[in-house]
Amino acid sequence: MKLTGIGLSAACALLAATAPMGVAQAQEVTIYCDDLGYGCVTMQPVVDRFNSENPGETIRLETVAYQALVESLPVQLESGEGPDSAIITDLGGLSRYYLDLTPYVDREAFEAEYGQVLQWLRGSDPQGSAIFGMPTSLTVNGAYVNLTLFEQAGVPVPAEGATWEEWAAAARQVAEATGTDFAMEMDRSGHRFSSLAISYGAELVDDAGKPVVDDGLRAAIEQFVAWHEDGTMPMDLWGAVGGATHRELFSDFLNANVVFYFGGSWTLSQMDTEVGDLFDWKVVPAPCGPSSCTVMPGGGALVAFSHTDQPELIGKFINYLAQPENTGEVLAAAVEIPASKTLIEGGIEYPDASERTQESLSTFIAQIPKMAPAAYRFQGWRYQRAMMNALTTRISQVLNGELDVDAALERIEQDVNLAIDAAQ
Amino acid sequence: MSRRDQLASLAGGVISLPARIIEPVMTGLQKLLGIKRMPWVFLFPNMLAVILFSLLPVFINIHYSFTGSDRLYPQDRPFVGGANYETLFDCGNYLDPATCSRDLFWRALGNSLVFVPIQVIAMISVALLAALCLNREIRGRGFFRGVFFFPVMLSPVVVALTWQWILQRNGALNGLMTWVGLTPVNWLVFPNTAFFWSVFITVWAHMGFYTIILLAGLQAIPKDVYEAAKMDSANNWRVFSRITLPMLKPMLLVVFVLCVIRSVQTFDELYVLTGGGPGSATMLMVQYIYEIGFAVQPRNFGLAAAASLLLGIVLLIFTGVQLRLSRSAQQ
Repeated sequence: MKLTGIGLSAACALLAATAPMGVAQAQEVTIYCDDLGYGCVTMQPVVDRFNSENPGETIRLETVAYQALVESLPVQLESGEGPDSAIITDLGGLSRYYLDLTPYVDREAFEAEYGQVLQWLRGSDPQGSAIFGMPTSLTVNGAYVNLTLFEQAGVPVPAEGATWEEWAAAARQVAEATGTDFAMEMDRSGHRFSSLAISYGAELVDDAGKPVVDDGLRAAIEQFVAWHEDGTMPMDLWGAVGGATHRELFSDFLNANVVFYFGGSWTLSQMDTEVGDLFDWKVVPAPCGPSSCTVMPGGGALVAFSHTDQPELIGKFINYLAQPENTGEVLAAAVEIPASKTLIEGGIEYPDASERTQESLSTFIAQIPKMAPAAYRFQGWRYQRAMMNALTTRISQVLNGELDVDAALERIEQDVNLAIDAAQ
Repeated sequence: MSRRDQLASLAGGVISLPARIIEPVMTGLQKLLGIKRMPWVFLFPNMLAVILFSLLPVFINIHYSFTGSDRLYPQDRPFVGGANYETLFDCGNYLDPATCSRDLFWRALGNSLVFVPIQVIAMISVALLAALCLNREIRGRGFFRGVFFFPVMLSPVVVALTWQWILQRNGALNGLMTWVGLTPVNWLVFPNTAFFWSVFITVWAHMGFYTIILLAGLQAIPKDVYEAAKMDSANNWRVFSRITLPMLKPMLLVVFVLCVIRSVQTFDELYVLTGGGPGSATMLMVQYIYEIGFAVQPRNFGLAAAASLLLGIVLLIFTGVQLRLSRSAQQ
């Protein structure tokens, strides 16, 4: 009996000792993503396929709110905690936490597919060569126009190549003729304003990563203020709100209260579901400024964090997801614009999207080659958010007579420099 | 011994177990420290909580205000001396925010200095009026007490979004005004009207809490004092000014202190409603601190800590003045 007991104890001890080894062999990584667009829901089929093709290796998607990705994730990362990987939108701002995936992915394929977008992820080291992640999708700023109102007013829709002023004049004519509340609106967002500013010649940031406050920015602010003063734009968005608060009034466009709304590609599905055939609308090519006909790009990326203890597995999955057939499948389900060259050139079929949405997506995609280098540089700048916050705050102050344009430009530069100093 | 007695004895044993465990420890401590120092032992748990959750954050805040960088951990943050304070105080003329390096800090401070007295006076006046009404024998008194208290239970975000829906260009208030033939007003676009509604909404949202406190104070005033005044033919104003107000003074002081603290802390409703706008017309100190420390990337914890420490000092001065006033009133 005593011997049997000793034997049982020894067997238990052996099992206990080998069990952790078995657990250690099963590898798992966690990815944070939200449930909109290119996110957890649309990625799940590809993840399931990867997990079944790679027994013992598990990719686990954890759905979190977008706000948590913007506000809580940076704090988690700063304290050395958080997920192994995430889909993020502050591409340059979080760069110091990224894992360099170069040893784990096909470097040449990544460079060929994503080129300049990879630079956005390099943040503080834009000249570097690290591969910090896979750009998932692109978003493009752009204008929605109510064609029914144009038709009712008998005003021709400005053709491709029309300037911001021409669009403003046409929209004003339409608003006056149809009794529409306002001619133009733009999201209260530094990102949206940057489209106007860069088309007016603003550089916003130079090659050395220093903020640039130039005549282009001055001209854009002056024009923007003039549109608020003459009633082309309502004060409700940029005038009534203060600080760095983001605000949009896309509901005005959905309710046909505005002729021209400057937002972005992410509201396409909302247009599809909420407007449908109530009125005729379309996305128009980027309005032109004195410098270029550009809009701002944006988008998300799947990145891995340097604290992960499974760098090979997360690298392997990102490489897998980056294959055009896999990422194309996710993009088709998400109805989003691809960031990879092969998919931009070859096009994607969106089986669940309406014809109008597909046309609008094509218009958005057609703006990508026209984007100014300054737009790409600004998008990848580590201090982009500091500049965008300064733009919204200071322009609102100009609209309310607290500052003149000169003082606002001075303050914008001061605010960004303070942010840069704080991050040193 | 019956089963019931056995259970009672067992329960007694279980209840007295902690005391029996602690007793030798306390006896040992008493031998070690002496009976005079024993009160400190009993105070220790509370003191520990105060140190951990009140004093330590204050010291961490002070440390952050003398350090730079956007790093989170104190050990990663370089010492920058008084640079953050210098940045905040770098001003040509303190009465003109445009001449200050951090103009928004001074604008927010100026707004707070206007907002707090107006809001506190409005809050106490309205809460007192409501309490006086609710203290009378009126029909449906319980219902009205519930109505006044209801907004207190709402989340500040719900309050702000509800009022945004009422006040926006195509909101309910303008709809009503158009219906009665008045010209609609874009309430949140003009600095003065936005400021007025900021005060109004914060008073509406919180007055129920203060009304309840004042109502409790009113009900604690003995009825016979009023009966005596009635027999002396005192008019309503005399009764209010000579009996109600003096006897309500302790409660009014409590309400005043709570109200000032809450008013200085005002953030959530206005942040959602106006974001501090138009321009910076409704930006108060706490929003400035939040934006610098959390909303803007990179996060400037040092400057935010310096600004919040200055706010803390202002609050300390306020509290000191209040205490002094209350002491002199008591004397």
